[in-house]
Amino acid sequence: MAEQEPRVGVFVCHCGINIGGVVNIPQVVKYVKTLPNVAYAEDNIYTCSAEGIDKIKAAIKEHSLNRVVVASCTPRTHEPLFRGACVDAGVNPYLFELANIREHCSWVHMREPEKATEKAKDIVRMAVARASFLKPQEESEVPVDPTALIIGGGISGITSSLCLANQGFKVYLVEKEPELGGMLRKIYRLYPTDEDASKVLEASIRAVRNHKNINILTSTNIKSVDGYIGNFEITALKDNGESKFKVGTVIVATGAVEFKPVGMYGYDKYDRVLTQVDLEKVLQSGKSDVDKFFKPQRVAMIQCVGAREEKPPRAYCSRICCMVAVKNAMLLKEWYPESEVYIIYQDMQTYGKDYEEHHRKARVADIKFINYTKENPPQVVPLPDNRLRVTVYHALLGEKRELDCDLVVLSTPLVQHESARELSKMLKVPLGQDEFFLEAHVKLRPVDFATDGIYVCGTAHGPKDIGESLSQAYAVSSRAASPMANRKVRTEAITAVVDRDRCVGCRMCERLCPFGAHRIEEGKSTVIDALCKGCGVCAAACLRRAITMRHFTDDQIMAEVKTAFLTKAPTQPEAPTNVGGKIGE
Amino acid sequence: MTEQFEPRILGFLCNWCSYAGADLAGVSRISYPTNIRIIRTMCSGRVDPLHVLEAFRQGVDGVLVTGCHPGDCHYITGNYACEKRVNFLKDVLAQVGIDPRRLRLEWVSASEGGKFAKVVKEMIEEVRKLGPSPLRKERQEETVAT
Repeated sequence: MAEQEPRVGVFVCHCGINIGGVVNIPQVVKYVKTLPNVAYAEDNIYTCSAEGIDKIKAAIKEHSLNRVVVASCTPRTHEPLFRGACVDAGVNPYLFELANIREHCSWVHMREPEKATEKAKDIVRMAVARASFLKPQEESEVPVDPTALIIGGGISGITSSLCLANQGFKVYLVEKEPELGGMLRKIYRLYPTDEDASKVLEASIRAVRNHKNINILTSTNIKSVDGYIGNFEITALKDNGESKFKVGTVIVATGAVEFKPVGMYGYDKYDRVLTQVDLEKVLQSGKSDVDKFFKPQRVAMIQCVGAREEKPPRAYCSRICCMVAVKNAMLLKEWYPESEVYIIYQDMQTYGKDYEEHHRKARVADIKFINYTKENPPQVVPLPDNRLRVTVYHALLGEKRELDCDLVVLSTPLVQHESARELSKMLKVPLGQDEFFLEAHVKLRPVDFATDGIYVCGTAHGPKDIGESLSQAYAVSSRAASPMANRKVRTEAITAVVDRDRCVGCRMCERLCPFGAHRIEEGKSTVIDALCKGCGVCAAACLRRAITMRHFTDDQIMAEVKTAFLTKAPTQPEAPTNVGGKIGE
Repeated sequence: MTEQFEPRILGFLCNWCSYAGADLAGVSRISYPTNIRIIRTMCSGRVDPLHVLEAFRQGVDGVLVTGCHPGDCHYITGNYACEKRVNFLKDVLAQVGIDPRRLRLEWVSASEGGKFAKVVKEMIEEVRKLGPSPLRKERQEETVAT
């Protein structure tokens, strides 16, 4: 079949005000219409909305488009959606191109709307030039092993293990500690129901222990992860003994730890300064044991210790500490009705249903709330009788208060494990500036990583309470179940192709390929598709220019190079002459 | 009145780390000047010396290549191949009279939005000091001035 002339349709997205509030979209659309090969252009408030997708499909039909460019956000999140629209309208998904005018333009040039508009034009021009050289590609399928690896045996990991195992999938649940349970083992009662944490946990642990589909590996660390969705090869390490197994999906449920406020409010100096988790341990021993230790007359809890700081990594609100403080304050008040319990806070954030009600009950129960500002934090000094004097400037009353306390409890944020960075490297998934695992998209893909087949749930992803962690645990189970239930996934078609007429069998590609995908057969290189991951190291090295990377051909890349800063009236760049004699290596 | 020289920087970003890092700069609203245009490749190892030389031939004032940190490459060793090529290219550029500082290789991870913005700013300032590329003048005769 003769190749059709490119007819590119361009859809420029306002993204509400995210792009449209900075970039002059009508100007961009007007400019786009002057570009070679552009058969149609329009703007949309949200191209990714159902309406926007319908408009793409309609325009493909109406204007006989054979290439589609959407100028909006990053291809790392939205490409699959728009490719789907192309497929629905009969256009091969690889004839689609995204021009990233949000993350790479409007969001980073908010104060320079005119320059941002010019840059947006350039970005769209590059995408149109590239689109004109795009070729249809076929995706191949890879089998998916219906087995999941769940890293972390806290309540999130336990819950997603059960959820997947109940659907008939095999699960490896790996926990680095000798016992399952994670953070929940350290907690006494749960808000807002006042349930005993150990009861909730024991029931779940019993269920995973007795499940025939779940293989529990405690005191075990992950040593290495190789492979890709459907076919991960895991090496686990226990007591210096290695075990290897294959899984189709990986779930990160490694949890978080409490920040230790060393050097703050006398935490490491005085016995009677505890963190909330330290207090939970004391409470766990039961009232009669606590009675032997002491009967508190006055307790002060200080909120936001080491949290909501000016700069990362601990700039975030840890989400759970307000409710934890309210819960533990109520418990102390219940055990010791004569005592005074103070919560010294910056902002009480008892969001959502049930929680605000709890906060109100605490106020009715005569828990005393004192507001402090970041500029005027409380101070803790020891008194001769083993008590502690908390001096705080009450920001609402505008006066200084002195509280002589038997106990000071610091509410500190959940923070990432030190070992998380190593795991993030192993899995090739990112950590955010707060050092928690970073999802592929905060709204659209909240439990996926950008890498297929790897998911995240629970506090490994950021501070959250039990209910929220479990919601995510169920969410990842559903996400991981889809490829495993299908037993196969489509893979990207981006692989290397060798022109055997050009190849002289120099073995450069074979030597460089990190995956062993190039084999020399009969003096010429041959690519094993299942092994090729599409990096393109071989294509850039081939002295004979015999290797083409599907979807990242020299023509396509050169088209972008040649149009990036074009200042004269644009014409379609001609393909570079594909002759030998190449520099490099 | 002479207008301030605005360097034109072309960036080659790998899909898995650096492009995601640039995305994160956007998500975090970390601003940097508008002088850079970005080409996405799956791996920094895909960047062919000819792509870089063509960019200079087109009259760009600087080329920034960014990849995953050593040991972090999604394709295991693609970034090492890239490093070798960039070092080699710097020699070539010096020989043809283009200051090798106009070509820069940086490692930017998916979580380093701030670093990406910083690298871009630094590169623009460095190239601003170097002035327009010697090839830019030739190229501009063919094109309409900005």
